[in-house]
Amino acid sequence: MLETIVSALPDLMVANAAPLLVVVPLILAGICVFTPNGRTAWGLTILGSVSSFLCALILLLQVGTYGVVSYHLGGFAPPLGIEFRVDGLNVLFLLLVTGMGVLAAVFSWPTVAAEIRVEKHRLFYAAHLICFTGLAGVAITGDAFNLFVFLEISSISTYVLVALGGTRDRRALPAAFNYLIMGTIGATFFVIGVGFLYAATGTLNMVDMAERLAVIDAGNRAVVAGFAFIMVGLGVKAAIWPLHQWLPNAYAYAPSFVTMFLSATATKVAIYAVVRFGFTVFAPEYTFETLNITYVFGPLAMIAMLVCSFQAVFQTDMRRMLAYSSVAQVGYMLLGIAIGTSAGLSAGLFHLVNHGLMKGALFMAVAGVVLTYQGTRISDFAGLGRAAPLTMTAFAIAGLSLIGMPLTAGFQSKWYLLQAMLDGGWGLAAVVVVASSFLAVIYMGRVLQAVFFQAPVNPRKIRREAPALLLIPLWGLTLATLYIGVQADWVIDLVQAAAQASFVPGGGIR
Amino acid sequence: MTSHHVILRVVSKLLMPVIVVYAFYVQFHGDYGPGGGFQAGVILAVSVILYALVFGVPEALRAVPARFAASLAAIGLLLYAGVGVWAMLNGGAYLDYDFLVEDVPGGHKGQHLGILLIELGVLCTVSGSMLTIFYAFAGRVTEIRDEDW
Repeated sequence: MLETIVSALPDLMVANAAPLLVVVPLILAGICVFTPNGRTAWGLTILGSVSSFLCALILLLQVGTYGVVSYHLGGFAPPLGIEFRVDGLNVLFLLLVTGMGVLAAVFSWPTVAAEIRVEKHRLFYAAHLICFTGLAGVAITGDAFNLFVFLEISSISTYVLVALGGTRDRRALPAAFNYLIMGTIGATFFVIGVGFLYAATGTLNMVDMAERLAVIDAGNRAVVAGFAFIMVGLGVKAAIWPLHQWLPNAYAYAPSFVTMFLSATATKVAIYAVVRFGFTVFAPEYTFETLNITYVFGPLAMIAMLVCSFQAVFQTDMRRMLAYSSVAQVGYMLLGIAIGTSAGLSAGLFHLVNHGLMKGALFMAVAGVVLTYQGTRISDFAGLGRAAPLTMTAFAIAGLSLIGMPLTAGFQSKWYLLQAMLDGGWGLAAVVVVASSFLAVIYMGRVLQAVFFQAPVNPRKIRREAPALLLIPLWGLTLATLYIGVQADWVIDLVQAAAQASFVPGGGIR
Repeated sequence: MTSHHVILRVVSKLLMPVIVVYAFYVQFHGDYGPGGGFQAGVILAVSVILYALVFGVPEALRAVPARFAASLAAIGLLLYAGVGVWAMLNGGAYLDYDFLVEDVPGGHKGQHLGILLIELGVLCTVSGSMLTIFYAFAGRVTEIRDEDW
């Protein structure tokens, strides 16, 4: 089926899929500024996301055939020129980011129209497209400094997007400012780390860097410092506990659409960068044997899973609760990475994909409730199971997936993770995963109890569903969650290919 | 207020064209020496910012409207990306300047044209963004009154 889709696309697009994936949304962002109204900008946003998604499909097919797709920007050959390099690892993230981008773009119009001031619609979509460009760029580039540039492109536009929540709730402004400070510190750390590596190796191309790092003495201070700075910098962006403080407020007060898009993509892309540097730029032996990153990431991941799940239990605001849950879920992914085996990494990546789908669905459903009932406190959700059954059923399914109920995607990836940990002799971590899932039962159960078994607080709440534009992507994600819960082979193949590619120096097949 | 500060006004009026010319010098000399679109864009924006500081933001907004500054940023972006796509449409890689124009083999016409257009795009975007940011801060009015807190 993939071949038929790709063969129907123009040759120019197939030959230049890698740059077009990034460039088309960038150009459309520029055009958005000149569109007459927000609705046209919305159309352009959908167009840009769909085009990027098609490019990602082309790249998936090409990676399947050639192993690695390398595109030389400006015709300058790497390592001097910048290359876009797609292998089994980042094609997974390109699919996730662009796929979620399409769904987010489709659903965005009703919530943006309700939450953003009319005169800002065009610029809002322009900022969103630039954020999308940045995230896709981080996932596609094969150059360490270029990665920093794209990280900054996505981050700066994200600060703007979060701050635009200020129309609805003024607390979005300090949240965006905190995020700006934290994010800038993270980016600075990252670029300092890249600077150290450049000093030690004299190159910025990741493949070239990996080759040169392999022959440098393992005790080289510059390399160790570079590694540490990069991991801390990316840790802020990925919201690894305890560097996650910006996340709950940013997610809670941003416009609903922004929260949904960021939760499904932004931290995921930062985790991609962690994997890219931890496994392919630095050899896994260096990361896991010389530097013993396992004993840093492992405990942090476990603390995140317990502490943030525990904090989620006590939240009264729905989006803050889901945000804390996101930090806890980052812990699962990080735990998979920390094991340092191929099975562990694929389990972490599997959970990452699933979490993108289910958190996307959860935040979409919350966006629907914000739209129809203007409330994000958990008490506002009371009795909505009867008032908006379609929205809330999807919410419940995604919530159960978050807990890890059998027949949902969450169960599959947690099971996969547990197996990887028991194989690696990580009994304690397995217990923590189960304990954290139990906490998830409490915090999601509290919400589901309110939604389905409490009487509505406000008797005026008659039956009122979210608009169809919102329900269609929401149910798309929900059905995907259920489908992966039953038949996960396709995703497991993708994540295993990604994990295998991570263990080849420089990524992919040489 | 602007009726005072005669020396400031006269001197800055004298300086302004020089600043603009210097911006374009940095811009076009960037092909051959230090300089380029980013620095030139900042210098160009500084000339308008100086005007706004001396004659007031409303005057500056009349000379360079905020809408124009924001559009300039977008135009620069489109110019940059457009050059890349143009090279791609001509059969080269994205941003491969050699494919911009027909040329004798081994010629560098495309390279010259490419870097010129790219730097022009950078100039537009940087000066437009700098001005937009300046206007956003300088034109800020307190949205929340003290008693509302």
